[in-house]
Amino acid sequence: MSILVIAEHNNAELHASTLNTIAAASKIGGDVHVLVAGSSAGDVAAEAAKVSGVAKVLHADAEHYKDGVTMELSDLVVGLASDYGHILAGSTTSGKDLLPRVAALIDSSQISDIIGVDSADTFKRPIYAGNAIATVQSSDATKVLTVRSTGFDAAELGGSAEVVSIDATPVNGATSVTSRELTVSARPDLGAADIVVSGGRGVGSAENFKIIESLADKLGAAVGASRAAVDAGYMPNDYQVGQTGKVVAPNLYIAVGISGAIQHLAGMKDSKVIVAINKDEEAPIFSVADYGLVADLFEAVPELVEAL
Amino acid sequence: MKILVPVKRVIDAYVSIRVKSDGSGVDTDNVKMSLNPFCEIALEEAIRLREAGLASEVVLVSVGSSEIDTVIRSGLAMGADRAIRVDADNDVEPLAIAKLLKHVVDSEEAGLVITGKQSIDGDNNQTGQMLAALLGWPQATFASEVEIDGSNAKVTREIDGGLETLSLPLPAVITADLRLNEPRYPTLPNIMKAKKKPLDVVALADTGVDTTKRQTILDVSPPEERSAGIIVGSVDELVDKLRNEAKVI
Repeated sequence: MSILVIAEHNNAELHASTLNTIAAASKIGGDVHVLVAGSSAGDVAAEAAKVSGVAKVLHADAEHYKDGVTMELSDLVVGLASDYGHILAGSTTSGKDLLPRVAALIDSSQISDIIGVDSADTFKRPIYAGNAIATVQSSDATKVLTVRSTGFDAAELGGSAEVVSIDATPVNGATSVTSRELTVSARPDLGAADIVVSGGRGVGSAENFKIIESLADKLGAAVGASRAAVDAGYMPNDYQVGQTGKVVAPNLYIAVGISGAIQHLAGMKDSKVIVAINKDEEAPIFSVADYGLVADLFEAVPELVEAL
Repeated sequence: MKILVPVKRVIDAYVSIRVKSDGSGVDTDNVKMSLNPFCEIALEEAIRLREAGLASEVVLVSVGSSEIDTVIRSGLAMGADRAIRVDADNDVEPLAIAKLLKHVVDSEEAGLVITGKQSIDGDNNQTGQMLAALLGWPQATFASEVEIDGSNAKVTREIDGGLETLSLPLPAVITADLRLNEPRYPTLPNIMKAKKKPLDVVALADTGVDTTKRQTILDVSPPEERSAGIIVGSVDELVDKLRNEAKVI
């Protein structure tokens, strides 16, 4: 049976997480098909066709797919489901919204947030905020899986799959997006960045976060924040790294003024190299850091920017 | 309008998790159990809607054995009017839970379901969406603001890139994210009153739902420990290590 990956995109380009999801699908074994449902999203379909490991791209184009709304997409995916042994999407807010709805409609039990593929029916996933890893075997005919992007290296370009147009499903219309306030940033996406610089409560104010941003800009990094910093109003919630925010695993994670609550560690401890800068030498963040610097961040960070 | 709030009992958020040495799961013996924090937020939102005159009744529902009654009572103490427990094992899978909840929603003729976006034990993040699918209702997950206007809801959702506002007709399923509200603490008089509030038990056999497991947990292990590295003495040493040892910049 083939494997269906639901692409996430903004009608112009693929979301980085889709490459990790395709990588996970390739590990299962079987032809990987990618569904691109959007509005005037031909470029996205063409981009998906170039991803290594993709055998076919299904392209459904309709105005009502523009916002990627679950109520519209679920009808489409359910209609395709019987041809597939596995249906995958990234563990993004869109994937987490869509796939359980699809799973219930095809009477399949879902496995969420997989970080490993043991076999075509057995997967590893974190539970209890990453404090335990469960190995789960599914007996469902069509397995529905969301994929945590940090568990799989992104699939590379180099493929040349065919793009097949498929019919759009009728407008469902039950929900409509009335507005979106998206964070506009020239910096890389937090979930896909090679380097992340995060600030915590120790940064002290929204104004002081400029120090974190200057270091991020010097490194071409994304900016993150701990829950404490978000709760204190220093940064918006979509910057949050942790159990209740985003889970990241960049090559380099620099935690500045972050004590290292379990809540935060759950969101970054799979990073390849962790640097902690904190004036409190007892801070738990040092117990997971490869390189710790006990220093006042207001002196150390500008010095670091200077030295890079 | 009647609001149904599905809740779950979980290991308390402040308890550190112990994985059993035989790999069968997480130790729950003599461990403090509480209402799932996201379910508390969902319940708080439902109570506020009732207090604002937008709902007539808030009904808690949970799936499990009589062991979970204490936690259900804590939800009643927060302010739910009554509760329903579907008598079943404590480890029913999300799809089967959604089917059981559908049975209760149908029999109660609820006009709105608010539940937590996920439970902090299984971290599945499925039940609300599955329930919406089975009911054929629209859904709004990860809510940080809910406005009810007649037969319509306007829900602000926390999405990866920022915020999104979704408009949807009722009945619907809404799942609560962390920032929706700050749940109240039950007062002593309300804890006393909660003891007398109705808690009805529905037998599993009466629901007609098959709760046979579709998934087998083969193993539960602790995650790989990350060991501490070194403390560097200066910014220059840090830069040197990152360039020449870790080679990440």
